[in-house]
Amino acid sequence: MATLDVPAPALALAPEARASLKADLARAQRASKLGSLFLVAPLLLFILVSFCVPIGIMLYRAVDNPEVAAALPRTTAALQSWSGQGVPDEPVFAALAEDIRVAQKERTTGLVGKRINYEIPGARSKFLKIGREIDRTETGPWKPVFLASDPQWGDPKFWSVLKRTGQKLTVFYLLSAIDLRLDENGSLSRQVPDQAIFIDVLMRTMWISLMVTVATLVIGYPVAYLLATLPAKTANVLMLLVLLPFTTSILVRTTAWVVLLQTNGVINDIAMALGLISERVQLIFNRFGTVLAMTHIQLPFTVLPIYSVMKGISPAYVRAARSLGAGPFYAYTRVYMPQTLPGVGAGCLLTFILSLGYYITPALVGGPADQMISYFVALYTNRELNWGQASALGAVLLAVTLVFYAIFNRLVGIDKVKLG
Amino acid sequence: MTTMIKARYLALTATAIWALAAPASAEDLTITSWGGAYQKSQDEAYFKPYTAKTGTKIIQEEYNGEIAKIRAMVQSGTTNWDVVDVDAQTAQQACDEGIIEPIDYSKFGGKATFTKGSAFECAVPTIIYSTIFAYDADKIKDGPKTIADLYDTKKWPGKRALQKSPFGNLEFALVADGVPVDKVYEVLKTPAGVDRAFKKLDTIKKDTVWWEAGAQPPQLLASGEVVMATAWNGRITAANTADKKNFKIVWDSQVLDWDFWVLPKGGKKTEAAYKFIQFASTPGPQAEQTKYIAYGPAVVAAAEFVNPKVLADLPTAPANLTNAVVNDPVFWGDNGEELRKRFNTWLAQ
Repeated sequence: MATLDVPAPALALAPEARASLKADLARAQRASKLGSLFLVAPLLLFILVSFCVPIGIMLYRAVDNPEVAAALPRTTAALQSWSGQGVPDEPVFAALAEDIRVAQKERTTGLVGKRINYEIPGARSKFLKIGREIDRTETGPWKPVFLASDPQWGDPKFWSVLKRTGQKLTVFYLLSAIDLRLDENGSLSRQVPDQAIFIDVLMRTMWISLMVTVATLVIGYPVAYLLATLPAKTANVLMLLVLLPFTTSILVRTTAWVVLLQTNGVINDIAMALGLISERVQLIFNRFGTVLAMTHIQLPFTVLPIYSVMKGISPAYVRAARSLGAGPFYAYTRVYMPQTLPGVGAGCLLTFILSLGYYITPALVGGPADQMISYFVALYTNRELNWGQASALGAVLLAVTLVFYAIFNRLVGIDKVKLG
Repeated sequence: MTTMIKARYLALTATAIWALAAPASAEDLTITSWGGAYQKSQDEAYFKPYTAKTGTKIIQEEYNGEIAKIRAMVQSGTTNWDVVDVDAQTAQQACDEGIIEPIDYSKFGGKATFTKGSAFECAVPTIIYSTIFAYDADKIKDGPKTIADLYDTKKWPGKRALQKSPFGNLEFALVADGVPVDKVYEVLKTPAGVDRAFKKLDTIKKDTVWWEAGAQPPQLLASGEVVMATAWNGRITAANTADKKNFKIVWDSQVLDWDFWVLPKGGKKTEAAYKFIQFASTPGPQAEQTKYIAYGPAVVAAAEFVNPKVLADLPTAPANLTNAVVNDPVFWGDNGEELRKRFNTWLAQ
């Protein structure tokens, strides 16, 4: 709405009159602005509630760290004055005992144990054990009670982790989502090799998405060209074929691929019968099956933007090039193809970004090494009940998507992209 | 014509009113379990007899063990599952989270009513199931006998189907590598022990097909895709009885585990839920369930009521118990998430 700049020199009006004109204009526009706001309000509200708020909550959950601070308030306060060297003294232990006594009643000891367990595996059961022992013990001194329960309570490293996890916000999940961690001294280090999986998963997610994008482009570009150049009658039939997959659910299409590709499936049967292969080939539960099934599903998303851009290209340009002496190949690659780039850009961007979030298809036709980042988001949400980690993975995926969008914008320019 | 429409309209209204009224009825109890043959056995042994006896209508729901559903329900204050069937790891996790109620065992005549070690703080045991490995005796005449045979790809070439989870696999790997069954978790508690288990798994990694759903192993065995498959024992027995298969279970190094009834926090029918679980924990229905699925009763007194013919297929039969690993929920509670992450990392390598 940059229409408020009234070109001053053109209107030879007194400053006051100009101001009142401006105000009139603004008033008139306010009404129409309100009108358009009213029209988009349902959509705006919908996007806000179903898109912006959940993403905001997800991003917040990725850094939210309420467990220890909420359940052990006295301990967190007492640890503020702890130097970080050696084992804390009796007051800290007394505070912890008091906190755990309350936590036992509110049944939050397990939550604290679980949170610490992320950083020190095994800490969970030690919290549960000391919880039971504190229930049985009347009064302190508490330090000996803790030290007798488990050597963990006499370990300075444990206390520095406890102090760190007492903060309201944490970078733990985000670091973990890119295979980094804070060690006992609080300095940044790499995740131990047998726990370092997420960078791999992220690279794999991008690589599969890239392969699918390229495959849909290679297959889809000629189809789009055919669609745009054939007579309307034939093109409509062809268009129907392109759109047909849209009418069935992703789950059904993916399951159909399972039937076709499995070792005792249709394709293997036919190839064996024709003598093309002597031994059944593994076509599914691997990268090949994943990319194939995803390409099938994504194809219309790449084809349609390219098609609608091609539809708008006047045949006069190629004709002109030909009449000026360009060969068919030259005219096609130098005159026609560059004009389709906005459609190619839009189709590829759409497919790439949609592919980044694939879950069900890799889960059904992929092997263990083909699971993409969404699989792990679901795993941490449903199985591990570690919503912090799931949110952090979601945040990383969001960041990657935005980075790709920015790169694309830099290279192609998002204003040049055309969906039709 | 008009009368017909009217009658239909009336019927529809009646249904609508009934549907609206149904969830509020104090007579109902919503019970969620795993579906399939297992839930069917619960329906026959517990749900139907309980409704017949007390008039309480049982609304059955199914889930896939997503503990997140329970958490979401509890956190949003909309708990509408009164009783849920969960496995040991989920029971432990949910108890730590405080999203299920602690159990008052005085309602069941004390913890001794149930088999040793199975009475959890927040969960009442209902069955004992077992992870075993099996083969198709129609295809292999002189079959494998011990867990080491699962790893012997020279003598038994071909693919193996293993569950895509460290639970069971790590235990099997260590026993196959020579660790006594009662020392398995002691060894697994050390980093060297975990390394040892993964190293053993390495030896059959390229010969492995991974399964996730309990129905897969019998299918994979039947199609000949694999020569051996780890599985939940009830699924193998079910395939033998229902589909006339000749699968043989190798009980050596079986990993015993339980399933439990839990009460999600914030449920409004705790009393009624307890009454149902009390009924389901009596020897009669417990023994009845073994007719429909080959899982062992968790109630000690139920053992004598089990049909001797069925008994041979249960994980708890003395002959099958000679060399068994018993799941250590504390170990998995402490190390489960880390080991699952390591397992996934290992899978992708």
